[in-house]
Amino acid sequence: MLTTKPSLLTDTPLHYCPGCTHGIVHRLIAECVGELGCNDRAIGVAPVGCAVFAYNYFKCDMFQAAHGRAPAVATGIKRAVPDSLLFVYQGDGDLASIGMAETIHAAARGENMTIVFINNGIYGMTGGQMAPTTLPGQKTTTSQQGRDVKTHGNPIHICELLSALDGPAFIARTSCHDVKNVLKTKAAIKKGFTYQLEKKGFSIIEVLSTCPTNFHLSPQAALDWIRDVGQKAYPLGVYKDIGENG
Amino acid sequence: MKKLWKGNEAIAEAAVAAGCRCFFGYPITPQNEIPEYMSRRLPEVGGSFVQAESEVAAINMVYGAGGAGARAMTSSSSPGISLKQEGLSYIAGAMVPCVIVNMMRAGPGLGGIQPSQSDYFQAVKGGGHGDYHLLVFAPASVPEAVELTYRAFDVADEYRCPVMILGDGMLGQMMEPAEIPPMRDLSDLPKKSWAACGHNGGTQRLINSIYMAPDDLEAHNIELFDLYGKAARELSAAETYLTEDADVVFTAFGSVARICKAAVLELRSRGVKAGLVRPITLYPFPDQQMRDAIRPQARVVCVELNMGQMVEDVQLALGRPVEFYGRAGGNVMTPEEVIDFLKRRG
Repeated sequence: MLTTKPSLLTDTPLHYCPGCTHGIVHRLIAECVGELGCNDRAIGVAPVGCAVFAYNYFKCDMFQAAHGRAPAVATGIKRAVPDSLLFVYQGDGDLASIGMAETIHAAARGENMTIVFINNGIYGMTGGQMAPTTLPGQKTTTSQQGRDVKTHGNPIHICELLSALDGPAFIARTSCHDVKNVLKTKAAIKKGFTYQLEKKGFSIIEVLSTCPTNFHLSPQAALDWIRDVGQKAYPLGVYKDIGENG
Repeated sequence: MKKLWKGNEAIAEAAVAAGCRCFFGYPITPQNEIPEYMSRRLPEVGGSFVQAESEVAAINMVYGAGGAGARAMTSSSSPGISLKQEGLSYIAGAMVPCVIVNMMRAGPGLGGIQPSQSDYFQAVKGGGHGDYHLLVFAPASVPEAVELTYRAFDVADEYRCPVMILGDGMLGQMMEPAEIPPMRDLSDLPKKSWAACGHNGGTQRLINSIYMAPDDLEAHNIELFDLYGKAARELSAAETYLTEDADVVFTAFGSVARICKAAVLELRSRGVKAGLVRPITLYPFPDQQMRDAIRPQARVVCVELNMGQMVEDVQLALGRPVEFYGRAGGNVMTPEEVIDFLKRRG
């Protein structure tokens, strides 16, 4: 047997749609926490969005935060329990739209937490509306002719934006569209957690993800879309790393 | 030992003495002395102060810290409290104990920075979305603000409810002698088996207010209202002053009650049998105390620094219409103006 279920995960069947990458990222988080020997110290914060029920899938203590407020909730948790390993799980509407202030200020303060940011360019749970990360020309239920930047504005690039701040210790954008990139995503999450355990401060890993249901694509075509379109608009890589001596 | 304390700073020190180690605030007049005091005091006792990016963030930090088991507090004033209402609804829903101080100013909108009681409704009627209440304490003096703040943390923990200290700019800015109660030993505070602070021994603790099944949510609503019923039986409090023989009774809370007390004494010196009922808890409202204290034939005047808010609860408690006298916009009535109202209407 090559692998087993990470011990941090429960046996609850995932409610996510077939082909959605939330399940992969949940597993990566659980693997990283387990490999760092931190199952008992882990506390998670679930967002509003499809991952609102993330607490059903992790055995650690969890908070469900109001829409966009997860970094503020996590700030309170971390100040109360400094030795926790804190993972904050947010989507693009949650983090880059309604919660932008909380995101930027947690990053600017260098709060010692790790945000896993699922960027699938769409509001999944509410049925496929335009997100702050929806690409120009991309059709959604609130940009039915395709996102027109003249009327709908431009997408927001979170890693680039947060890289302008002095607070963050580690900022990376990864993807889930193939095995190689899933493994890179895991390495990035583990690095964020490691920095947090070393009290180096704020880390965020933006993961390009799919929403086949609202992309109106098959699971494989959705992954191919990230490979061919998504990662061109949102280049993968490490945007900030204060390094081993930070 | 009694010392001369400014209301806001006394509240802050009382919170520290009560075991508050996490404070999250945002500047707004007239409560700035609370975050300022906490910013230098909490690090001295191993606590954490964060000047949040907004009131919205501050109350969500309270949700995080309170949910993790710490004694946590935020403070603000009216427009800032409006911004906290979303978080307060989540806090009430998730049953996270915490203390919120509201040093009220006049509204609506940006309003003004002078004393007011215009947030009575948003304090006692829920304020945010959904079926819930805060427990609301309304001190009328600096020593009472100390006493109620100190107690608020115990009540919040016991009920797993957010508790609001509702004052106004006058209370926050005035200086009076007060004694801070002894510093609580954090290791003696009640244990919180529900707190999501890690090391859970294999059983997840969840801080959450989502219930997708209507029956589950209704059961949760009923659980909350059972707590409010317990609070009504155990916590409701009012001060009654010279009501036994009173023909005229004022009802007033907070600093306005002190103005009314002066009016009562002046009226008594003029031969008018006046009295006062001062709710100390605004939620739960002291209905029974009010009914017991006020004679059925007495003329009742509710006096407030707003256009008439608590008067509705006084009428519900007494089951009859009562008169209302208020000043708004940050104006504060004098005892003589209260007496003039009686004469005008008498």
